[in-house]
Amino acid sequence: MSQIQNNIWAAPRLSMRWWPVFLRNWLVWKKLAIPSLVGNIAEPLMWLVAFGYGMGALIGQVEMGGEKVPYILFLASGSICMSAMNAATFEALYSAFSRMHVQKTWDGIMNAPVRLDDVVLAEMLWAAFKALFSVTAILLVMLALGISHSWKLLVAWPVLLGVGITFSCMALIFNALAKGYDFFTYYFTLFLTPMMFLSGIFFPREQLPAFVRVIADWLPLSVAVDLVRPMFLDRWPEEPVRLMGVLAAFAGVSFWVALALTRKRFRS
Amino acid sequence: MQKKALILSVTCKPARACGHGHNPGMNTPLLSVEHLVKRYGDATVVNDLSFHIEPGECLGVIGPNGAGKTTTLRMCLGLSQPSSGEIRYFDGLQMPGDALAIKARLGVVAQSDTLDPDFTAEENLLVFGRYFGIPDAVIRERIPQLLEFGALSHKAKAKPGELSGGMKRRLSLSRALINHPQLLMLDEPTTGLDPQARHLMWERLQVLLQEGKSILLTTHFMDEAERLCGRLLVLDQGRKIAEGAPRDLIAEHLEPDVVEVFGQGAVPLAQEANLKSLSGRVEVSGETVFFYTQDSRALMHALEAWPTLRTLHRPSNLEDLFLKLTGRQIREEG
Repeated sequence: MSQIQNNIWAAPRLSMRWWPVFLRNWLVWKKLAIPSLVGNIAEPLMWLVAFGYGMGALIGQVEMGGEKVPYILFLASGSICMSAMNAATFEALYSAFSRMHVQKTWDGIMNAPVRLDDVVLAEMLWAAFKALFSVTAILLVMLALGISHSWKLLVAWPVLLGVGITFSCMALIFNALAKGYDFFTYYFTLFLTPMMFLSGIFFPREQLPAFVRVIADWLPLSVAVDLVRPMFLDRWPEEPVRLMGVLAAFAGVSFWVALALTRKRFRS
Repeated sequence: MQKKALILSVTCKPARACGHGHNPGMNTPLLSVEHLVKRYGDATVVNDLSFHIEPGECLGVIGPNGAGKTTTLRMCLGLSQPSSGEIRYFDGLQMPGDALAIKARLGVVAQSDTLDPDFTAEENLLVFGRYFGIPDAVIRERIPQLLEFGALSHKAKAKPGELSGGMKRRLSLSRALINHPQLLMLDEPTTGLDPQARHLMWERLQVLLQEGKSILLTTHFMDEAERLCGRLLVLDQGRKIAEGAPRDLIAEHLEPDVVEVFGQGAVPLAQEANLKSLSGRVEVSGETVFFYTQDSRALMHALEAWPTLRTLHRPSNLEDLFLKLTGRQIREEG
């Protein structure tokens, strides 16, 4: 028994006890929903307006799979993935860290019959939910602006939840390693920001040098964009199974690593 | 055996059946810790520690900083993995294997408050109850009683930031009672409180003991330990150095009276043959000389020869015992 307990890499032991922890976050967030909503959609919309309409006027059309599409559509379909990534990442880094380390909320929870594994699962799903919430609000604005009206966006919606889950799992690894908020700067500047520019959100990845593309094509944000963008153009993604598989692998491996490192953090 | 019987009789509240002796099997301990060891690298923080808690008992764990109190408690709560040893609860449940089943029956108040700053007192209780899987309706019915118990009925809608230190601690205690625990684990429950708040906390804990709950309590306050605990465990450097009822421990290790002498020229009195002969033990700390004595009247009379010195005559207490067992040096590490 104690051997299993000692191994931080043991399989996740999950139960429905994650639900009251998720509900706790929901209850806090409900109180702050309006300001949080403004923050979550105002910034992505500014990007969209400034780059989409501003740069869009200079660029005109972008070629995508033999079809010319307006730049704003190209940008919107990519930046929605970035919004999912950012919303999930912020929640799983700063907010989760506050609860875990600063407020000691997790310690309190674990004095009740709730396992650390379930707390981590709840935080992961909560951050993914926050991403879904932002994405939904932005999608509604995009619909109102008439950027795309494809019914396939209904399919893109749960896919974006999957994107949120992936990035929330990845961020929780850094949450587990953090000594303070400053540590997250590394994750943003060394990982998220380069990925933002290499994943084909602002310009097609075809523009990148070949050797960069080899890596860029496998970045989780690129995979997300490859899945979501075609649906904005009323098409289905090419190789959906491979792309979903890659996202799922990123999510699964990251969750496991995040859980192991969090267990290690709490084991001392 | 006689000593044990005495200890138990102190432990028991008069209202309840006493004198059940210490026969194994008659009373299954709520918590029983055997040969517990915790090592961090080369350092042994808890060293072969064994103890148990009987039903209805308040066991106090005292010791200087770094004695291993909090580490022991963390291991008992399954938050830290023992290097070796056994921790059993209730009817044979084992920590950490049966952690969830055990925690469903425990109430915990940690050293630092883990209240949710974004929730009102009521919401804190509701959210915490959900972690136990208690239905909302049942929790909502219980919330007014718990707030009343914590003397917080008027603060139901207040957030922790609007509560005083004492109120926060009482809310933490009320929260720990949400699942009707049999055993409460309290880590320094009154540290940082003013005397009024501390006395109210003690009164609440006395009520719980009278209701038949059991308490494991760590503390730095000897008056708290003496007031609440039927039995004490004194730890130092991870080892158990004494165990027993507070009064018994004092009687066993100390003379009944202490005379403290201070002022200009007090320290050389420690070498005065006449005074030494009247005292069981003489101790110097800073500018003060402590005479531990069986015959305080004769000693006080002898001290009249030094009329300029100030004296304080008092019964020896748990603090004297604690300092005798663990020394006077400051433990600021850990």
